[in-house]
Amino acid sequence: MTTSQPLSPPPRRAGRWARTPKAPYLFILPYLLIFATFWAWPIVSSFLMSFKDSRLGADAPYALSNWSRLIEDEFFRTALRNTMVILVVQVPLMLSLATVLAVALNSKLLKAAGWFRFAFFAPLVVGTVAYSAVFRLLFNTDFGVVNRALTGIGLPAVDWLNQSGPAMSVIIMAMTWRWTGYNAIILLAGLQGISEDVYEAASIDGATPAQQFWKITLPLLRPTLLFCMVLSVIGTLQLFTEPALITNSGPGNATMTLGTYLYQQGFRSFNFGYASAIAYTVAAIAAVFSLIQLRLFGRER
Amino acid sequence: MTARPQVAVPVSPGVTPRKRTGALWLHLALLPLALIFLAPLWIMAVFSTHPETAIFSPNPPLWFGGAFMENFRGLQADTNFLRTLFNSTMIASLYTVFSMLLTSMGGYAFAKFDFPGKNWLFGLILATLTIPTFVTIIPQFILVARDLKLSNTYWAVILPTLANTIGIFYMRQAFQTVPSDLLNAARIDGASEGRIFWQIALPIVRPALAALAILLFLASWNDYLWPLIVLTQKDSYTMPVALGTLVGLTRVSWGGIMVGTAIATIPFLVLFLSLQRHFVAGIAGGAVKD
Repeated sequence: MTTSQPLSPPPRRAGRWARTPKAPYLFILPYLLIFATFWAWPIVSSFLMSFKDSRLGADAPYALSNWSRLIEDEFFRTALRNTMVILVVQVPLMLSLATVLAVALNSKLLKAAGWFRFAFFAPLVVGTVAYSAVFRLLFNTDFGVVNRALTGIGLPAVDWLNQSGPAMSVIIMAMTWRWTGYNAIILLAGLQGISEDVYEAASIDGATPAQQFWKITLPLLRPTLLFCMVLSVIGTLQLFTEPALITNSGPGNATMTLGTYLYQQGFRSFNFGYASAIAYTVAAIAAVFSLIQLRLFGRER
Repeated sequence: MTARPQVAVPVSPGVTPRKRTGALWLHLALLPLALIFLAPLWIMAVFSTHPETAIFSPNPPLWFGGAFMENFRGLQADTNFLRTLFNSTMIASLYTVFSMLLTSMGGYAFAKFDFPGKNWLFGLILATLTIPTFVTIIPQFILVARDLKLSNTYWAVILPTLANTIGIFYMRQAFQTVPSDLLNAARIDGASEGRIFWQIALPIVRPALAALAILLFLASWNDYLWPLIVLTQKDSYTMPVALGTLVGLTRVSWGGIMVGTAIATIPFLVLFLSLQRHFVAGIAGGAVKD
């Protein structure tokens, strides 16, 4: 530095604060107030609450009773197992279908692309309550359209909602119907970010469409797929409306999920401490899954 | 195909016979799948216009009937449906307006200012994206219902998710496209920061705001679990909560439920058709990569 000005003394803290612009803080303040009150603090509060037996009142001492109960709770194990089955079957099924759909919808060979997009994206404006009601009606054993169609083509009718396996598959089909288009949109945006040149170079080199899909499309789509996967896993771990309204968690507890069990403990039995322990288990599983997915599918940073 | 091997078929450059068969297979595979995806919506719309006897008859109807108003009257009697429609509209509108205000102000600050703590704060907000909303639901309930005594009010439904994480991320992304020179020029002209935001920056990101508005409105309109928890009186129910109480019953009026689900869905299908581009951009915008 070749300046003739004398070095200014280091600014005092008050002086620096006076010169810091206040505008950005004022812009963020309303957001932060709500964020802190209704998000950040509840995240902490829920953790603390999981160490209190809330049935003993607000002043209950901190203890591990909820967590030890959780380990031995047979219903919790059922809910956990059901949630994992749905997760392991539904998420890969949906994401494969969404990827294939996104590639198809992005294809220049496709005529009436607008119409096809409408068909596949339409379910994503339907609320979970509305489509749960429709699916409950469609899969009704005696009167449902699905069984009518099955018997119509000579297949046996299925007692969809009163048997554990079929009930689970109805939930998986319903979720796939509702969420595939949503993921396909995100993947479509990812596909449109891939440069045309890569494909042109590949076809000049004689790569078949299948080779192009496996060697170019999938690797370049990986970050978007990872995003979809993380969101889908978190969404499935919180599954509530479909098992609550399509199967009422039944038959028995065959479709009870972590979501419906948490609702039952928290808002039917009002056992907030125990429900918080369930909630934090969901968060822990989500965190583990996110880390695994980042490891397996994420880019090295 | 008749054999006319010598005649060159005029094709646009790049369309080889192989690509044509590819296109044929593509359509053959997609068409039935598309029909399966549309079928539940079609059945919902058709069933809303038939009495229950027709819905449960050996040959369920596949075309519209004339019982829509009759079903609607049944639904209105069971749930005070018009009231829940009003509640849902009010809640979703207020939520959309206030959430857009909060997230666009916050997103603007993160995109267009440098200030101490910025990266730390934004990291904190982003980190909560991966935390399931289930974790907060019980403290939120205690806060809203017991401490603030807001049960059965619109604010009970609106407040907890007003500081929308996806929203602030999305608006930050949008404001980054606004040239800083433009804002600085206004500063030199002596415009206040509030005025620069309101009259210069915000109008530029209007398309992004439109997409966000649709997404926020739809999310609020379709939300079920949280309203179910904080709304306990019939007159304060939103539409999904009211429909949920019907579906759970053993003796249900399916014609009425289909009317309710159709009313909850079809206006948005129409909106979706007319605004598909914004809508798709909005959903994709939430998934912006680095």
